[in-house]
Amino acid sequence: MTQPQLVQPGETAEQHAAFEARIGRGEKIEPGDWMPAEYRRQLIRMISQHAHSEVVGMLPEGEWITRAPTLKRKTILIAKVQDEAGHGQYLYHAAETLGISREEMLDALLSGRAKYSSIFNYPTQSWADVGMIGWLVDGAAIKNQTMLAGCSYGPYSRAMVRICSEETFHHKQGKEMIVAYAGGTPEQRQMAQDALNRWWWPALMMLGPHDADSPNTGALAGWGIKLKTNDEVRQEFINEHAPELLEAGLTIPDPDLHQDAEGNWKHGPINWDEFWAVVKGQQGLNRERLGARREAHEDGAWVREALEAYAARQVGQAAD
Amino acid sequence: MTATEQQAAGTLSGPLRAALIEKLTALADDEIILAHRDGEWTGHAPILEEDIALANIAQDELGHAGLYLELRRALDGSDADQLAFFRDAADYRSARFVELPKGDWAFTMVRQFLFDTYEALWLDAARTSTYAPLAEVAEKAFREEKFHLQHTALWVERLALGTGESRRRTQAALDELWPYAAQLFQPVPGEAELVAARIVPDLDKLRGSWESFVLPHLTGKCGLTLPDAPADAGAGRDTHTEHLAPLLAEMQSVARAVPNAEVW
Repeated sequence: MTQPQLVQPGETAEQHAAFEARIGRGEKIEPGDWMPAEYRRQLIRMISQHAHSEVVGMLPEGEWITRAPTLKRKTILIAKVQDEAGHGQYLYHAAETLGISREEMLDALLSGRAKYSSIFNYPTQSWADVGMIGWLVDGAAIKNQTMLAGCSYGPYSRAMVRICSEETFHHKQGKEMIVAYAGGTPEQRQMAQDALNRWWWPALMMLGPHDADSPNTGALAGWGIKLKTNDEVRQEFINEHAPELLEAGLTIPDPDLHQDAEGNWKHGPINWDEFWAVVKGQQGLNRERLGARREAHEDGAWVREALEAYAARQVGQAAD
Repeated sequence: MTATEQQAAGTLSGPLRAALIEKLTALADDEIILAHRDGEWTGHAPILEEDIALANIAQDELGHAGLYLELRRALDGSDADQLAFFRDAADYRSARFVELPKGDWAFTMVRQFLFDTYEALWLDAARTSTYAPLAEVAEKAFREEKFHLQHTALWVERLALGTGESRRRTQAALDELWPYAAQLFQPVPGEAELVAARIVPDLDKLRGSWESFVLPHLTGKCGLTLPDAPADAGAGRDTHTEHLAPLLAEMQSVARAVPNAEVW
């Protein structure tokens, strides 16, 4: 099972074997425990990317807070974006247990070195996109996060349990919105259909490349970080959502979509060129999203300095 | 609306009813507009913890607006979302104080502090309103408002006593906001009768309590200076800043795009 390149200088095969045996027994790895350097590196990469996705993910929906069409929808949307900030916070804390600081992670995000889920680089073009993101994007995220809730690293796994329970609300409100609009006025129905046309393929793609093209899956699976493959998670997602979308009276923009003999909904070919173009920032709003985060960070610099100065002053006064 | 609300609404005379409708509208409009301004920070706050905290305050203020408009519904059968999303600026009764753009973090925190103090004191006094449904609403909202006030009072203190820059920005925010704050204490038409019937608190008295809370905090603890500009309320709540119309145009754009929608 142990892949030789994963044993780093200073680590022994015995340490790795004992570590993998713990994971094999279903034990959680906790912050102070011995772990391979590569396990630590992969987790920092994954958890910080996940945290960044929550933080950047506030933006596409946040755009619509000022335009939500009822007082209730506005309250729900503010609460949802607020939850995303909270998820970012838990996840930065979870990553910090591995020996990296929030500042280092934010610096990696804002300088463009770190990645975040490219789904958030798609523009939200109408109010119905807010509902469709809740239903499909959060729906896909829940599938992934439910799997990660079982992962071998304790702090990440526990953060996921909490996040999943909140995401379940996001998913429900998104579905409720779209089902209502699909049964609403012709304009609302069209708005819901257009949103589905825009978000269906990105939602499938956000679950990652096909297993054959997923470079990190092998090592992550061996260490109990990733318990299912991208294609398995994608299949679960489609099996749940395709029949519900059809029942709402919407048309899924995939002429090849069909149910096979085992009852699985099979999708047609995915345009991975688009996926990679968005990941690499050649397409989509990567520049705008990072620009908005940088602006908030830079505009807030004086506030953070004031907080530090005030705290230092309090400490100084307490010492007097 | 509850049976109590319906019953209480039936006991009001015509003029009192009209004045209370006007008052509830003014209260709700302040909350709707301020929550809108606070909501503009969601996703753009200086620290992640404030994306969370200020979003909470915005949700609470929207909740209060909903409570006031529910009371209004018992009086005239109006619908909260129709009022919020299908009235033009001329029919809004918000104070110009809440309409001003969000500004920087110091501006947002100083405004919220001045407003939270006013609202907490107003709600505290309204808990003994002779109009039972209002007393109930005040009781509920008062609990939340106390937390807002703790939060924003501490922010103003930290910014005023932080760095030279944060102090300068906080003072500038106070200089700009102070004259506008007086509008919060402007009565609506018919308010004197509501006060006489002990349905709503007396704003003159409330202003005294407000000053005796905010002044020691701002000029004492935080070391800020009050601007020379007189705190004159100016025109009534039917006069707005030039910022309200564009705010509403944006806020109402989705709702008005499909005006016959039964559900959103």
